Amino acid sequence: MSTTSPVAATGLRVALFATCFNDLMWPETPKAVVRLLRRLGVEVEFPVEQTCCGQMFTNTGYLDEAEPAVRTFVRAFDSYDAIIAPSGSCVGSVRHQHRDIARRADDDRLLDRVEALSPRTYELSEFIVDVLGVSDVGAYFPHRVTYHPTCHSLRMLRVGDKPLQLLRAVKGIDLVELPAADQCCGFGGTFAMKNADTSIAMGADKSRHVRDTGAEVLAAGDNSCLAHIGGLLSRERSGIRIMHLAEILASTEEDPS
Amino acid sequence: MRERTTGTRQADGHPHVGITTTFLGMPTFQEAARVSLTDTVQRRNLAHATGVIREKRAAVVGELDNWEQLRLAAEAIKNRALFSLDEYLVEFEERATAAGATVHWARDAAEANRIVVDLARAKQAREVVKVKSMATQEIELNEALQAAGIDAWETDLAELIVQLGDDWPSHILVPAIHRNRSEVREIFLREMKKVGRPAPEDLTDDPPRLAEAARLHLREKFLRADFAVSGANFAIAETGSLVVVESEGNGRMCLSLPRTLVSVVGIEKVVPSWRDLEVMLQVLPRSSTGERENPYTSIWTGGAEGDGPQDVHIVLLDNGRTNVLADQVGRAALRCIRCSACLNVCPVYERAGGHAYGSIYPGPIGAVLTPQLRGTSSEIDQSLPYASSLCGACFDACPVRIDIPSLLVHLRTRVVEEHRGGVPKPEALAMKAAGWMFADHRRYEAAEKIASTGGKALRSPLLGRKEVLRQLPPPLNAWSGARDAPVPPSESFRSWWKRTDGGRLGPSEERE
Repeated sequence: MSTTSPVAATGLRVALFATCFNDLMWPETPKAVVRLLRRLGVEVEFPVEQTCCGQMFTNTGYLDEAEPAVRTFVRAFDSYDAIIAPSGSCVGSVRHQHRDIARRADDDRLLDRVEALSPRTYELSEFIVDVLGVSDVGAYFPHRVTYHPTCHSLRMLRVGDKPLQLLRAVKGIDLVELPAADQCCGFGGTFAMKNADTSIAMGADKSRHVRDTGAEVLAAGDNSCLAHIGGLLSRERSGIRIMHLAEILASTEEDPS
Repeated sequence: MRERTTGTRQADGHPHVGITTTFLGMPTFQEAARVSLTDTVQRRNLAHATGVIREKRAAVVGELDNWEQLRLAAEAIKNRALFSLDEYLVEFEERATAAGATVHWARDAAEANRIVVDLARAKQAREVVKVKSMATQEIELNEALQAAGIDAWETDLAELIVQLGDDWPSHILVPAIHRNRSEVREIFLREMKKVGRPAPEDLTDDPPRLAEAARLHLREKFLRADFAVSGANFAIAETGSLVVVESEGNGRMCLSLPRTLVSVVGIEKVVPSWRDLEVMLQVLPRSSTGERENPYTSIWTGGAEGDGPQDVHIVLLDNGRTNVLADQVGRAALRCIRCSACLNVCPVYERAGGHAYGSIYPGPIGAVLTPQLRGTSSEIDQSLPYASSLCGACFDACPVRIDIPSLLVHLRTRVVEEHRGGVPKPEALAMKAAGWMFADHRRYEAAEKIASTGGKALRSPLLGRKEVLRQLPPPLNAWSGARDAPVPPSESFRSWWKRTDGGRLGPSEERE
């Protein structure tokens, strides 16, 4: 594996947006991003001013309450050339919703900064495949894995099969296709609470498809969706664990996840 | 017969689901879905039917290499019409009038109903045949006619099933999608004899036999009725023509046999020119029935002496549409051509069913259209924008590119804004507090410390080394009812980053 990546060579400053949910509940995921990118020759910085993308507020209708999060995001990441997050959903919010919040705040300066920052914000697999131009990250993960493409990665960011390209190149992996993969798992942010019954009905079908694959690990690019499907799989004592894509890609023979 | 979602019931059994009055007592989407999710027959019917239509649509859309261009063209046509709607409507009126039709303008449901009832009375019509029409469902025309002592007969096969079953449509294209064929057989056997030609005694649930029973029953009504009511899929400004797109031919009988034809048309149905049909008649059938071409497309311009209806009326219906048009974001919903592709791909619709939406417009498009047309003062209409996981499948399937997820968020904002200023709900307080917390990373760090300490305690031997939580207190029990919840780790990412300088000090990773 080459240690001089295109990014390192150009001296770009790259920041990690851990996302609030991962920071608090799933710290192993951003840790894996740090390890993985370091292995690919990219030293990420973690601007401590960062908090949250504000999506929970926006998608529940609380746009005023989302504004401080957007301002904090801009303040934390303004000076970086690329911002990477291990979440399709949070990146989707930055790229597609921050503009609306800034417009609503009627603050031209904020809008300018948001518009400059949004296209520099990448979901992990986008950054590795599109910016670094890498599809084999040199990972080793000898387990049976199925992959759920989360809705915002798929339909908001259009990451396509980039995560699968990366997974297929993992040494030792037994990657099995998930039936009805493009169907929503039913998480949907506050939908999971406000419409818990429908959310669970959707999740039950997703969990059935996951179990049908005989996989040992369910992988995805969003820990929020994984918490929902994983919560069901755990309640069912299914014997299937959830894992963020980053943790599989960070896993090596010397340092397995 | 299975219990259906309850609401304000009318004399004839089913609840008010049109765009007529604001009513109290209709359950919210959440409450209705809780009941409908337990309807095992409906769950299976819907999963099967939407699955079949989804596959058909995907096949006929996938075979075109210009599908995305067609979508863009369809979007542009509808936008052009909507941005100059005032001009195109007047143009339509002029051309249709010149061709011999009488054009009426109706501000709301009551006005539209009055126009149709008055026309029927003037013709001394005792009964009316109808071709499936969302607009007349919307204004609850059948009920208005009934109140005037006039029987209205639905002639679309699925609408007939719904009407005979004293039920209401749960799908835009396939109104009886929640029924399977054995239920249809029961309804035909029980109900047809009450209102006309009975179903054959030996009727089976074989689809051709069911269709035959409907054909015989309806033929009698077609030959007798002298007054027809239709809707329209498109109204062409340039020529004053109306277009009805249907699959059975029953619509064509309605449109051609009776002497009087009244069409109730939402004002957003206008397209500027005849040539626009080139695009619309490609995207509509592929999106709705999954067919390359629509089987029965009827187009008429006024009346023709000695051929077909001699007295042709058109009621242009507003009923809240100009209010929708005034909303720069929300107006995109008026592009809808009622294809129902969004319903068929919606995971929420597939499970909760159409009746949970409390409106004749169900599914994703209903969730953005109904609260705009009816307003958001009732609990059901406030709950509709939240009846989605925002998965985005609807936007991808929409032939006129309505960004339904963004509209849902827009309407959620409207619901929240309307509650500002009053006594805040617990949710609003929680959001306010969280918003304050995320304004400054030090506040979030403080909250993380508390969670990590709690997580550490839960993982301690004293508390049984918990890795997951199986029960949470209200309101979090909405989560833990069926889903385990993770225990917060004892160290947040940012604490780890600080302690190890991003993993550069000590071991490259910290394990629990």
